[in-house]
Amino acid sequence: MKKVEAFIRHEAFEPIRMELLSLGFPSLSITEVKGSGRQKGITERYRGAELTNYLRPKVKLECVVADRDVQTIVDTILKHARTGAVGDGKVFVLPVEESYRVRTGESGEEVLQAHPDAAAAPTG
Amino acid sequence: MRRTSLVRAVLLGLLALLVLPVGAMADTFDAAGAGVLPDSVGINSMWVVVAACLVMFMQAGFAFLEIGFSRGKNSGTVVAKILTNFSIAAIMYWAVGFAFAFGGDLGHVIGTHGFFLRDFGDPQKAFPIMGLSDATIEAKWWFQFVFCAVSLAIVWGTTLERIKFGVYIIYSVVFAALIYPIASGWVFGGGWLQVNVGMQDFAGSTAVHLIGATGALAAVLLLGARKGKYGADGKPRAIPGHNMPLFGLGVLILWLGWFGFNPGSTLGALDGRFTEVLLVTQMAAAAGVLGAVVTNYWKTKTIDIGMCGNGAIAALVGITAPSGYVEPWAGVVIGFVAGVIVVFGVYAIDKVIDDPVGALSAHGLAGIWGTLACGLFTDPKLAAFNGVGKGGLFYTGSFEQLGRQALGVVTVFAFVFACSYATFWLIKKTYGLRVSEEEEDAGLDISEHGMYGYPEQFIPVPELVGYGAAPTATVAPAAAAPVPTNQEVPA
Repeated sequence: MKKVEAFIRHEAFEPIRMELLSLGFPSLSITEVKGSGRQKGITERYRGAELTNYLRPKVKLECVVADRDVQTIVDTILKHARTGAVGDGKVFVLPVEESYRVRTGESGEEVLQAHPDAAAAPTG
Repeated sequence: MRRTSLVRAVLLGLLALLVLPVGAMADTFDAAGAGVLPDSVGINSMWVVVAACLVMFMQAGFAFLEIGFSRGKNSGTVVAKILTNFSIAAIMYWAVGFAFAFGGDLGHVIGTHGFFLRDFGDPQKAFPIMGLSDATIEAKWWFQFVFCAVSLAIVWGTTLERIKFGVYIIYSVVFAALIYPIASGWVFGGGWLQVNVGMQDFAGSTAVHLIGATGALAAVLLLGARKGKYGADGKPRAIPGHNMPLFGLGVLILWLGWFGFNPGSTLGALDGRFTEVLLVTQMAAAAGVLGAVVTNYWKTKTIDIGMCGNGAIAALVGITAPSGYVEPWAGVVIGFVAGVIVVFGVYAIDKVIDDPVGALSAHGLAGIWGTLACGLFTDPKLAAFNGVGKGGLFYTGSFEQLGRQALGVVTVFAFVFACSYATFWLIKKTYGLRVSEEEEDAGLDISEHGMYGYPEQFIPVPELVGYGAAPTATVAPAAAAPVPTNQEVPA
């Protein structure tokens, strides 16, 4: 099992979510984060004084999948998150020890993703 | 660079206008002679000025309504827009607008005297339709100017969150100098629609609200929808405004302002008519809220907060033309119908046109309804009292007045749409109407004004309070030249 952790632009998230859903990966989480990288800051001018913000807003996407699915997830993220400009973000893949479904107490790869009926179920 | 030089040229032009009328002041001062005018002048002027100040307060109403219906990243720009537009309109309306609207003989197409409010001789003769009231010309100018400013404010609600700031400046000059004065002059400035056709529009359902909404339609057709408004399937998506309480405050301020708008259009206090107009106005607004709430509940089984407010505004717009021509019971009917119209209008228009505040419905459709309503509900004795047109269909059984109202609506719409579309088209070809996609994502507050309406929402706390080492002490390459990210994708 692996966790894919991606830092992406806000507008990239929705296309990624739609495609992952159609591929059978409905389970993911996002956090709105702020961070810095090679992308420059943005300067606020307030009544003559300036304030430069180096921390830019991004979406952090987290998704735990079986090893064989990692490349699919990463490819989907790269496909939609890339604009070619500085500030597109980064993707990390981390090992995961174990996983449990809270409702049933099941464990292992079955609890992760790829519900057979997931693609058919519309989520508003 | 191009933007700043354009703005600079416009501002210089306005300054040049200021130099012209040196030494032309104090017409009321001269007329007063010994310093004492008849009591009626003082009383009527006082009422007109108080009413106009209420109408000026509507600028705050528009500001809060638009801010509430915008996302937080586009909140501050509304403040800058309202203040600059109100100021440009004031100078243009003083220089030429008032003269074009009112300074012509009865039945005029465009006025010819009273520029800079000077050299017009006897004001009762120079502005013939204004001669019905003996309030001072300065009081009347102030009253008519704040109407112009309201009409201009209506244009922009539809264009929120994606229009370039310079467009406000360019169009407001054309609007306050030409489009609004000419069209409103036809309708209630003693122009040909009022005098020759006999179109009734007491306070401006057509002359103020439809003109503004028509300008908005012309703008939005060239401007397009906000990014993300329509899904891949073409269906409209909600882009919720960020603050419904502020929206509610805006609606209530507008409602209050309408007690200057309609009752003030009597331009005098001595006959007490303004109190009757006030009653009609309030009845309509109350019925409008109920009409919108009932209709929306029937359609969606919820009581939509925004629709309560849109219902009030639509009813007030609807009763603006008939307020001096109908009885209170008719006000209830007109207001209720306006409340129903605005709900269906917003739902229908949203499918094809992105109108963040619903102004095309609340000011456009309701303005048309209100103007036509005169043709249905006008009391013959009030038509005779005002000296314009005849009684409506329900009193006289004749479609004549309804036809006149329809002619007025079509004429004004066609004129304003043609002028506005041409203006916006020229702006689009030369300066551009829309901000870039990146600027729209980042929000107009930071991209157009360099600052946020709600900085704590956008600037991380550590950067806001300045904890830690100064950025220049590190090797971060960005620290060397902190520039705004206009060249980059900012988010």
